[in-house]
Amino acid sequence: MKKCRRCSKPATLHITELRQGEATEIHLCESCAKDYLSQAEEMSTPESELQFDQLDEGQQPEASGIDDRVCPNCGITFREFRSQGRLGCPHDYVAFETDLIPLIENIHGETQHCGKLPRRAPDSSRRQHQLIRLRSELRLAVEEENYETAARLRDEIQEVETQLQGNDKPEE
Amino acid sequence: MDLNSLTQSNSEWLRGTGPESDVVVSTRIRLARNLAEFPFNTRADDAARGQIVKQVRDCLGDLPVPKVLNYVDVPSLDEISRQFLVERQLISRELAEGDGPRGVAFSTAEDVSIMVNEEDHLRLQVLRSGLSLDDCWEEINRMDDALEEELTFAFHERYGYLTACPTNVGTGIRVSVMLHLPALVQTREIQKVFHSLQKINLAVRGLYGEGSQALGDFYQISNQYTLGLSETQVIDKVRSVIPRLLDYERRARKAMLEEKKEQLHDHIARASGILRSAQTISSEETMHLLSSVRMGVNLGLIDDVAISTLNELFIMTQPAHLQKLKKSELDSADRNKARAALLRNRLAADSED
Repeated sequence: MKKCRRCSKPATLHITELRQGEATEIHLCESCAKDYLSQAEEMSTPESELQFDQLDEGQQPEASGIDDRVCPNCGITFREFRSQGRLGCPHDYVAFETDLIPLIENIHGETQHCGKLPRRAPDSSRRQHQLIRLRSELRLAVEEENYETAARLRDEIQEVETQLQGNDKPEE
Repeated sequence: MDLNSLTQSNSEWLRGTGPESDVVVSTRIRLARNLAEFPFNTRADDAARGQIVKQVRDCLGDLPVPKVLNYVDVPSLDEISRQFLVERQLISRELAEGDGPRGVAFSTAEDVSIMVNEEDHLRLQVLRSGLSLDDCWEEINRMDDALEEELTFAFHERYGYLTACPTNVGTGIRVSVMLHLPALVQTREIQKVFHSLQKINLAVRGLYGEGSQALGDFYQISNQYTLGLSETQVIDKVRSVIPRLLDYERRARKAMLEEKKEQLHDHIARASGILRSAQTISSEETMHLLSSVRMGVNLGLIDDVAISTLNELFIMTQPAHLQKLKKSELDSADRNKARAALLRNRLAADSED
């Protein structure tokens, strides 16, 4: 086990920091990590990338209640996830959904998948995803002032929407 | 599978050909996938992990993909062999150093691999030399589809493919382009470049991924976001910055050539001289000198060695490769001697061609 860089207690937090293209690994114990992270926050360098699992507990006063929640499927607690940064099973995304959404948004800036679907996915969800993807492409095309593409995408979106309404009632 | 035979062959991605190969060494795409009926590996016991390995191995033989994938059981390998696979970029350090049933299946050309029971149950990877994003995507997408015929992957309507770490959720895709940027390193412009890449949420890593140093002036540029963009959008995002990076590097090389050709030529010829005659040499110095020589060949200053030979030497001179070649454990001093001997032989052989 690695020792804390600042004192000699065992390090429980391992931080990879990217600063100006240089990756440095820092190993800290819990109390030193708290100091370190609050410093880092003050400096608020946009390129310093702290992994979310190092967001220390106790930052939010209500955190203790949330952290004790358990996934009924694999038995992992939210606290365990926070300390190791890895989930226990696919069901955690549902079991911890309310707490994971802000985290996911923080990491990716989005919370809706718009990539490929398993081939076995039913037709209706296939079309829903097609819509999601087309809409995101449309947003991008408008941002880039690529109006020709935007117009084509708008037509495609309308077409899929009509198909969806024809097959089953839209969800919204 | 006999890993020793690999020391005689060259990985496909080291060929040193392909588009933009003066700067772009290789292109890699990986997909993270998990089997829906098992917990992620942090909560999977050895029995579950064993079943995951079995399910994957059982379907490998029948996969409708053109390449045969041979499975290597990582726990049964000695430490040098594990490190050897890491050096060849076939497995990650995490898989090498992990525990429990795990392994890797890869093609003979080493351009396709599937790690089993790394952070996720499956990590599919396709690796190509040069800039080859579309080919990589096409192949890995086909392989993913083929696996999906046999296995059920954990998938959620909103969050996409579910992964052990939320940083990979959604597409599970990581697109990396490995660049050789010696001129930008020398002119110290590299920091500016990285800063601008980080602003648009692209990550920069060294030769062996996360946390590794940029040995030999090699840098990997890759995406950070895996959710909210389609796979092709992620690929396009990485692709969009490459022309500018190539342009910066080539311009910096050209400027060095115009402003101080003699000095540069001397520097590169000396690097080549040391590599051809040293009796003992460290890994770090080797990487540094090979990097200079590689740039010298690309600038036409020297022509007595092929780029593919240099690419190969970056890998062959690493600790586990040297020990595999010598078929014995070597301490650091002996490795330095073996490394120097390998360089002398290999570079002399190239000059005769």
